[in-house]
Amino acid sequence: MRLTCPNCGARDLREFTYQGAALNRPEGDWGESWDAYVHLRDNPAGPSQEYWYHGLGCAAFLRVERDTRTHDILLVALASGGAA
Amino acid sequence: MRFSGLRVLKEGLTGNKGWGPHWRDPAPKPAYDIVIIGGGGHGLATAFYLAKEHGLRNVAVLEKGYLGGGNVGRNTTIVRANYYLPGNSEFYSHSLKLWEGLEQELNYNVMHSQRGVLNLFHSDGQRDAFVRRGNAMINQGDDAELLDREGVRKHLPYLDFDQARFPIYGGLLHWRGGTARHDAVAWGYARGASERGVDLIQNCEVTGIDIENGHVTGVQTSRGAIRARKVAIVTAGRSGQVAAMAGIRLPIESHILQAFVTEGLKPVIDNVVSFGMGHFYISQSDKGGLVFGGDLDFYPSYAQRGNLPTQEHVMEAAMTLMPMIGKARVLRSWGGIMDMTPDGSPIIDRSDIGGLYLDCGWCYGGFKAVPGSGFALAHLLATDRPHDSAAKLRLNRFRDGVGLMDEEGTGAQHNLH
Repeated sequence: MRLTCPNCGARDLREFTYQGAALNRPEGDWGESWDAYVHLRDNPAGPSQEYWYHGLGCAAFLRVERDTRTHDILLVALASGGAA
Repeated sequence: MRFSGLRVLKEGLTGNKGWGPHWRDPAPKPAYDIVIIGGGGHGLATAFYLAKEHGLRNVAVLEKGYLGGGNVGRNTTIVRANYYLPGNSEFYSHSLKLWEGLEQELNYNVMHSQRGVLNLFHSDGQRDAFVRRGNAMINQGDDAELLDREGVRKHLPYLDFDQARFPIYGGLLHWRGGTARHDAVAWGYARGASERGVDLIQNCEVTGIDIENGHVTGVQTSRGAIRARKVAIVTAGRSGQVAAMAGIRLPIESHILQAFVTEGLKPVIDNVVSFGMGHFYISQSDKGGLVFGGDLDFYPSYAQRGNLPTQEHVMEAAMTLMPMIGKARVLRSWGGIMDMTPDGSPIIDRSDIGGLYLDCGWCYGGFKAVPGSGFALAHLLATDRPHDSAAKLRLNRFRDGVGLMDEEGTGAQHNLH
């Protein structure tokens, strides 16, 4: 599995760290929406929206669409701007 | 059909013509009291204990593929009860006790071998943590023995004791831990459940879960609709997809865990050895293959195969710990789908939907839990009360922040275990 960083180009998996499902951070105090954000997952078998961190490269946080059945990388973009 | 030494001898002398199928292959009936989704170790054990302990025989196990074809058919077969935290501690202790009587209970040779599990430590701080863990194990009624460096050398003279990064200070030895023949566990439970009247239905994929007024009424399958008063989801890495059929999102991410087997060698590694600092553990199967693995790949995956960086990491750890295995050739590797919870501990509980039960979140430790999980889920299904050994394996501990069982102390957050 290789990811194509928008800044650095195609790089080895070892340069990146998976940072979790790309979810929208809720507003307000602890409640069901926070429980869902922190704990509950769609856990899809198929295209998955994720954050990755290019720690051994440009240190950018990336938003990645990846097929969890095949490890195909479908889309990589800078995560800046938050979850779209 | 019962196994015995005499029977094996007789069959051996008469061409082995007297063996029959170990379980029936029934067509699904229109309705059951209890339907178990998933014919792996946990599902089959649940069915067995429902019939044996609770006399509930109007039960079906629905399996998408063939019995025992998932993680129970591909794992590193380690059985142990060396957990630290309340909740896990009593659960795995109970499970190990069931293991110790399993072959007699099932009349099936599951090749349970209590060859000892040895966890190595490499610093004073880690030694203190292992003393504490060992005392917790002893307080739970299980066994633990702290070995110093020379004590470890007596058992494992082939380790590299003086490696610069992780010199070996000693180990925590859990003698009652060991290994078992993974397939036989599934087959033994399947045979025992089938003999007692449970229908084991293979090639039967659940495609929907029927819910009326907040209560489960049955399932839709590739072999037609089946009504049921109670339904249990026991589908390990696929828990997310099956729970979604009932509109439930679980605190689970499915990750890939790789493992490896070498060519068969003469006996060389007597125990199960784990090298936590290098994320590596190893044992030798009775066929002679070295069976070993490491950590997760650390990204969600259903591909059932991992990537090369983790393989390289595991091989490096192996060479660091025991340079002698460098000449062994790896025959095969595989990746299993692990149902990872945020705290790394499992769930056996009711769901918010009436009559729908969950047994999931086994992370990378489901094999040793098979008897305990089946026993506890059967108890919950039959009595609607959690079994004492599994009372803390609650679904809502994440939401409430109470009773988290984070053995690694990394925080109850996804991707940290």
